[in-house]
Amino acid sequence: MSAIKHHTPDPLMAAYAAGTLPHPFAMVVAAQISMDDTARASFEAHKVAGGVLLDDTETAPVSEDLKSNVMDQLDATYVEKPRKKAQGVYPAPVMEALKGRPPRWKSLGLGVRQDIIWSGPEGSVRLLYIPPNQAVPDHSHGGLELTLVLQGSFSDETGEFGVGDLEVANENVEHTPFAGGDQACICLAATDAPLRFRSFMPRLLQPLFRI
Amino acid sequence: MTQSAAPSTPKISQQTICMLAVRDRRDKAAFAELFDHFAPRLKGFIMRSGTSNAQAEEIVQDVMLTVWRKSDQFDPKRAQVSAWIYQIARNRQIDVFRKNARPLPEELRHEPDAEPDASAMLAVDQEATLLKRAIGRLKPEQRAMIEKAYLGDLTHQEISTETGLPLGTIKSRIRLALERLRHELRDIR
Repeated sequence: MSAIKHHTPDPLMAAYAAGTLPHPFAMVVAAQISMDDTARASFEAHKVAGGVLLDDTETAPVSEDLKSNVMDQLDATYVEKPRKKAQGVYPAPVMEALKGRPPRWKSLGLGVRQDIIWSGPEGSVRLLYIPPNQAVPDHSHGGLELTLVLQGSFSDETGEFGVGDLEVANENVEHTPFAGGDQACICLAATDAPLRFRSFMPRLLQPLFRI
Repeated sequence: MTQSAAPSTPKISQQTICMLAVRDRRDKAAFAELFDHFAPRLKGFIMRSGTSNAQAEEIVQDVMLTVWRKSDQFDPKRAQVSAWIYQIARNRQIDVFRKNARPLPEELRHEPDAEPDASAMLAVDQEATLLKRAIGRLKPEQRAMIEKAYLGDLTHQEISTETGLPLGTIKSRIRLALERLRHELRDIR
């Protein structure tokens, strides 16, 4: 996948490695690392930095029986919980969120479909299905939005995004993503706030579809 | 455990030697050595975010057991031992303090019978040493920011994704690590 042009920015990757990213963004970054060697290398590089700081950190003495407790448990049998694997266009962290099942699409009209795979106080993550040449309604964001292309492509005012590309949009971006012509575009999109649509109708539908 | 030697006499670090002994020979003495080095550091690091003494020890125990149990996932060509343990600790902390398990990337399986590549392992250790120096040269307030970013409080979520972390002078070192890893990953695929 050498064609990937839009990578996860450094600060985002550092925050992912440090574990400080809100859950929805962490899922998208984990998905991109799964798809893109450059992202994986960047993740490893930030781990190197984290490791250096851990090695250099101020120590706190551990209690005497902690070590013997740990040593005593080394021979205990341990079965690792199996993790979900990538399936089709869906990388492992997405399959994990889908609990191994295929997406349950809900129609948003005009052939656009979505499946909200996670939502909570930290925001939400959805899969979006956009038919070829179809636009996603014009919208702006209350916060940050990360969009990772899993299949096909889309383009908007800021550029063209293919499989494995990540778009980082902040609240100042008002964009109209358009799916490419060859294939339906499937995206993984995460926000830390509800999306706000600009035109009248979709805004009315917003509470209905939670988009 | 002694600190790694000066870069003029490159040597695979004692931590890496211990970790490989754990991974390849299930060596308990080597594991005990890693425990003595990392357990107090992990505890110090975990307590930074206000975790109680008892809970911090519980997490240290989980992390060290994971080091033993998942040692097959340690790849010395990708990151130094402390980097690998750092991630295990972060994962454990998130799983303990948040309702949702941390989303993790698909695991890359390194070749189990791949020949030990001493030069690649050395490169990883040297990189960590150089990064350590770069961090050591930071002004105190810069260093505090970096520490906050990588070791900081888990509940702190006001990450400035707009302006970026103050990675400053260590950025070039991370960049170099990235270049090497990109090359390394091409061979793993």
